[in-house]
Amino acid sequence: MNLLIKNGHVINPSQNLDEKLDILVADGKIMEIGKKLAAPKGAEVIDAKGLLVTPGLIDMHVHLRDPGLEYKEDIVTGTRAAAAGGFTSVACMPNTGPVNDNKAVTSYIIAKAKAEGLVNVFPVGAITQGIKGENLAEMGDMKEAGCVAVSDDGKPVSNPELMRRALEYAKGMEITLISHSEDLGLAGDGQMNDGFTATELGLKGIPWVAENAATARDVFLAEFTDSPIHIAHVSTKGAVQIIRDAKARGVKVTCETAPHYFTLTEDAVRGYETNAKMNPPLRTGADVQAIKEGLSDGTIDAVATDHAPHHLDEKDVEYTLASNGIIGLETSLPLSLALVADKVLSPSQLIAKMSLNPARILGIDRGTLTQGAVADITLIDPNAEWVVETDKLESKSKNSPFLGKKMKGRAAYTIVGGKVVYKA
Amino acid sequence: MVFKHKDILGLQDLTAEEIELLLNTADNMKEISKREIKKVPTLRGKTVVNLFYEPSTRTRTSFEIAAKRLSADTLNISASTSAVQKGETLSDTARNIEAMKPDIIVMRHAISGSHHYLAKRVSYSVINAGDGAHEHPSQGLLDMMTMREKLGTLKGLKVAIVGDIAHSRVARSNIYGLTKMGARVFLAGPPTLIPPGVERLGNVTVCNRMRDAVEDADVIMMLRIQLERQGKTLLPTMREYSRFFGLSRDVVKLAKPGVLVMHPGPMNRGVEICSDVADGADSVILEQVENGVAVRMSMLYHVSGGGPTE
Amino acid sequence: MSTEATVILDGVGIKRALTRIAHEILERNKGVTDLVLVGIRTGGIHLARELASRLEEIEGVKIPVGSVDITLYRDDIKTQAAHLPVGKTEIPFSTEGKRVVLVDDVLFTGRTIRAAMDAMMDHGRPQYIQLAVLIDRGHRELPIRADFVGRNVPTSRKENIQVRFDSGDHPVEVFLEKN
Repeated sequence: MNLLIKNGHVINPSQNLDEKLDILVADGKIMEIGKKLAAPKGAEVIDAKGLLVTPGLIDMHVHLRDPGLEYKEDIVTGTRAAAAGGFTSVACMPNTGPVNDNKAVTSYIIAKAKAEGLVNVFPVGAITQGIKGENLAEMGDMKEAGCVAVSDDGKPVSNPELMRRALEYAKGMEITLISHSEDLGLAGDGQMNDGFTATELGLKGIPWVAENAATARDVFLAEFTDSPIHIAHVSTKGAVQIIRDAKARGVKVTCETAPHYFTLTEDAVRGYETNAKMNPPLRTGADVQAIKEGLSDGTIDAVATDHAPHHLDEKDVEYTLASNGIIGLETSLPLSLALVADKVLSPSQLIAKMSLNPARILGIDRGTLTQGAVADITLIDPNAEWVVETDKLESKSKNSPFLGKKMKGRAAYTIVGGKVVYKA
Repeated sequence: MVFKHKDILGLQDLTAEEIELLLNTADNMKEISKREIKKVPTLRGKTVVNLFYEPSTRTRTSFEIAAKRLSADTLNISASTSAVQKGETLSDTARNIEAMKPDIIVMRHAISGSHHYLAKRVSYSVINAGDGAHEHPSQGLLDMMTMREKLGTLKGLKVAIVGDIAHSRVARSNIYGLTKMGARVFLAGPPTLIPPGVERLGNVTVCNRMRDAVEDADVIMMLRIQLERQGKTLLPTMREYSRFFGLSRDVVKLAKPGVLVMHPGPMNRGVEICSDVADGADSVILEQVENGVAVRMSMLYHVSGGGPTE
Repeated sequence: MSTEATVILDGVGIKRALTRIAHEILERNKGVTDLVLVGIRTGGIHLARELASRLEEIEGVKIPVGSVDITLYRDDIKTQAAHLPVGKTEIPFSTEGKRVVLVDDVLFTGRTIRAAMDAMMDHGRPQYIQLAVLIDRGHRELPIRADFVGRNVPTSRKENIQVRFDSGDHPVEVFLEKN
């Protein structure tokens, strides 16, 4: 069970490697990284000429919908989509049915992922029981069962006192807390970004202050409790600035954004496009610019997709009735590679935001190509051109605003624990 | 000049020439309603379905009369009596109606963009009779028809629109239509009811005070204020609203002599408009209703013309 | 495609024809009692006004003139790619029990006249409807015949006959185009 990856361009941010190297894999681990390695007898050889060889990509924010909402996605199809997108690990959010707020659900996810999943699945447990924002969930128990973080994602923890206690408790239990920072009062029943386009379309707006105010509150609570906090799906200029300032004064804050927030603006909603409806909503050009700056200067640590599969029946409806969210696993890599093409990020910076940084935030032993490490490796063809097509997507749901769009770059091989789980 | 659209979803989608064509046809169709036999055979054999997801008397009746005067067969479906009550989706309702081969569907729906959704999925023509806070093109057209009839032209008119702009589809359709036709629109209302960026919709000026909008205006259009829709956070009291944004005789005096006072109805007398103004010499509110039939005949006539020819 | 235009009736000829028609209308109706003229848009309206002024010269009485637009009564409405603009119909008098003389410039298939008669019936019930045309070019597709004709002009179907009016809406000439 040996594998030699030859002639590839290795990018390994943890070691600052950015050069042509071979990698030898044995028994699911990385044996050796070096120049012109010889293939042991019987080893499978991948010629990675023209490909980038990177630590297995990690998407720290996906919704696998399993258990309970398998009509949208399940662990099998979700991990297949992840593999096709170049991801070797995903962290899955707890808003399932039932909610992952106890170790029984956590154990189910881990067991099913182990048995049937193509890639590593790291469950995220709920902060509060039932994601109701009332009582803390059993974080300690869930951590022991395998949860890598807690989050009420999809909903904020609105009560500031409860959020304070959650941060204190999570810190003690040494589990990462991921905040969905949104002021529900300000967001109201908004349907898209508040502003000119919403006025034109006659849709209720979600103002940026709903995100900024909540982000500021959460950052202050993290500062006050001296606890780490990770802010999910940052979409506004103001939130980027709040986090930048907080980092500068030493607050233990990290954050992520999603590819759609640096690719699309609220204009994508025109025509009442339900596949451009998500929460937080697509913002303005100025926000997109600020997100890029945040990625570039390191304010934004990670790119995560917020992969949110929804059934056609939940999207093929009047705009206001449509569910929030889009799938992202299979388009994240090309959309993110565009940041490199646009000189927003170096290849190494991008790969760090898609592997090393999420691994560190979640505290998992992934995201690096070093001797002895688990052989989760992604081989990327940065120049492959392809078109997003419904029937070629592995995800069970097809709710993407990028359908029919041309993409550049894709995973050529996705290798999990030394095993090729996807080949383009 | 011919009309090439399959649907009329909003005045934003139409050119000034197309709006003018619709208005000219409406002008010439007005005479039909004054005849002894108020009917022409034009849409004989066509079926017009009125699908109303929101209660409406005026608009539904007006469309129904318009269709009947053109000899179309009409059918009314209202949400309270239909399968919608049983949870049927708009898409299914639309397809079921489509199977019965209608030619035109006139729809009112509380959700902005419903008509775009529908029009993309069906072969028959869709006329928007009001979608959420988005557009109400027949109202915009009948307002413009009334202004043009009374004042001769729309070009250069100063039109004040006062009230809840944020939730008003009437305001949006009038803004799109009027500014395309060369009028200047001045908006006034409580700041909480002025939507962001509205001044970018056309030649639009937002005024904080009602008097600034009304001063020297050729037309004052009052919008209905709906307490149930505005909720609790947007306004203090109806009393204060009425004091600052209600149309009284004194405010009318700021406008040009012979100003037209308009209201899309139904009116809250004593709230956004005083009765002596609503029933006064400047009021053209009933003319608006009369012109509504002609405008809707024009819309039905033009969309039924064979569809896009490109 | 080249077109070749021949003048088949000049201004003097038109005047003569209209004067004759005016006399024939009076003769047929034994005067102007209950007489009204309705021109079919747009050429017919101009000719109706011409006839009315001749009738007034002869009899000293103003004859009511209306206009009818037949767009909404056309029988080809279902096959039009896009509906034609609608013109104004103005009949500012009652036609109930009246002797209505419909006026048109060129009588061809008869379909326009059928539409105009239907439109007239929707305005009331006249005692008679009579038809006056400046040119009858033949090729009838409906059982319709003019009561008063300025000139019969045998044509082929491919040819086109037009009456040209000046800026004051007075008829100037009738010409025939061969395609």
